[in-house]
Amino acid sequence: MSEEKITIHLTVNGRPMQGKAEPRCTLVDFLRHELRLTGTHAGCEHGVCGTCTILVDGEPTRSCLMFAIQAEGREIWTVEGLGQEGKLNPLQASFRKHHALQCGFCTPGMLMSATALLKKCPKPSAEHVRDALSGNVCRCTGYTPIVDAVIEVSQRQI
Amino acid sequence: MKPQAFRYLRPQSLEEALAALSDTEADIRPIAGGQSLVPMMSLRLAAPSTLLDLGSISSLRGIRVDESGWLVAGSMTTHSDFEHSEIVGRHFPLLPMAMESVAHMPIRSRGTIGGSLAHADPAGDWPALSVACEAKLVLSKQGAARAVMADEFFCGIFSTVLEPDELLTEIHFPLWPSNRRWGLQKFARRRGDFALAGAIVLLDVEDDGRVAWARIVVNGATEMPTVLSELAAGLEGKVPDASMVEALLDQVESSVDVRSDLHASTAYRKELVRVMIRRALQQALPALEREHE
Repeated sequence: MSEEKITIHLTVNGRPMQGKAEPRCTLVDFLRHELRLTGTHAGCEHGVCGTCTILVDGEPTRSCLMFAIQAEGREIWTVEGLGQEGKLNPLQASFRKHHALQCGFCTPGMLMSATALLKKCPKPSAEHVRDALSGNVCRCTGYTPIVDAVIEVSQRQI
Repeated sequence: MKPQAFRYLRPQSLEEALAALSDTEADIRPIAGGQSLVPMMSLRLAAPSTLLDLGSISSLRGIRVDESGWLVAGSMTTHSDFEHSEIVGRHFPLLPMAMESVAHMPIRSRGTIGGSLAHADPAGDWPALSVACEAKLVLSKQGAARAVMADEFFCGIFSTVLEPDELLTEIHFPLWPSNRRWGLQKFARRRGDFALAGAIVLLDVEDDGRVAWARIVVNGATEMPTVLSELAAGLEGKVPDASMVEALLDQVESSVDVRSDLHASTAYRKELVRVMIRRALQQALPALEREHE
């Protein structure tokens, strides 16, 4: 057993950062409680709801299914890295335009899953978008506006 | 919903990992992608005192074809690696197709073949795929290794022949003959969920339409991947037609031990097994489907 805190070094949204955590601290708790990046949400905490999805070395990853200590030296992108304070990025703006959120709890995960998809596949079909977002649960929107938002932003990017 | 405290080890080499595991008194649990183990720890269904993270052992991740023509995958190869591997797509078109329905992208990017096999979830995809493909599993321990066929690796629900000091290190797949056809069916209530029932059919079909060799495996509905050898034997040497298939499927219902849980009853799963096998056979032999209609 070890409750001793260990220093973890990683890059978050392009900036080198460090913080301390016990081995049992999940990456989502580390981001929220230690680095105070509360944009990433903790939902079910067992890998089902998708709201904690972030990018780890470019790959969409459940941050509740990874321990912070496993992120040593990794490059992390969270929802805070998408836009700037007061300025939404095109994907976020498209979510706003299409009313792709109501309560907003699932939105950080939706945005990061969609970001990962668009990076790999800049012009996805609606079916492809649905597949890529199938691991993210939304209880408000019925998903259609979310799919519309991702499709529209993909058509705008050249 | 928070895991119990544990000691964390991150070996840099296989030798170092096997040395740590050789202390069988220590309650050490290897962690691969963690996509099943971390939820179990969060729900306190598992509380290992030491976690042995295999993530830094680069020799355990990757796919190659060895000198005897077998496809060899390291146990830390992820579902995404299989999904996007050119070698796998060329030699085993079944596998990338199967990976597309393994949970969701963020799970596939970390989940591994070795973790899935060692976890031995009855509804898991890799246990059934490895049994269907007659894969050979290499179990290593300090100073020794043994090979076990996939259908001898599983002992029951979440149970395998792995000893506490052993690590699943490699999975070897014999290459397919050029006349092999396949069908893969999986029924889940939502996309990416574990299968309530699934079936994999592999058939070597001669030019005259005769089935020279067959292997049929069901999962999800059974405690572990189950090989239906009688059904396969019933197809071998014949040119299957729809009525022959239905007669063989009648026998399957009585010979497969189907489980029941809160997700589905035995009766429902039995019917699903039948439909999954029929559809997988139709996928492998499109002529059957036309006849069935």
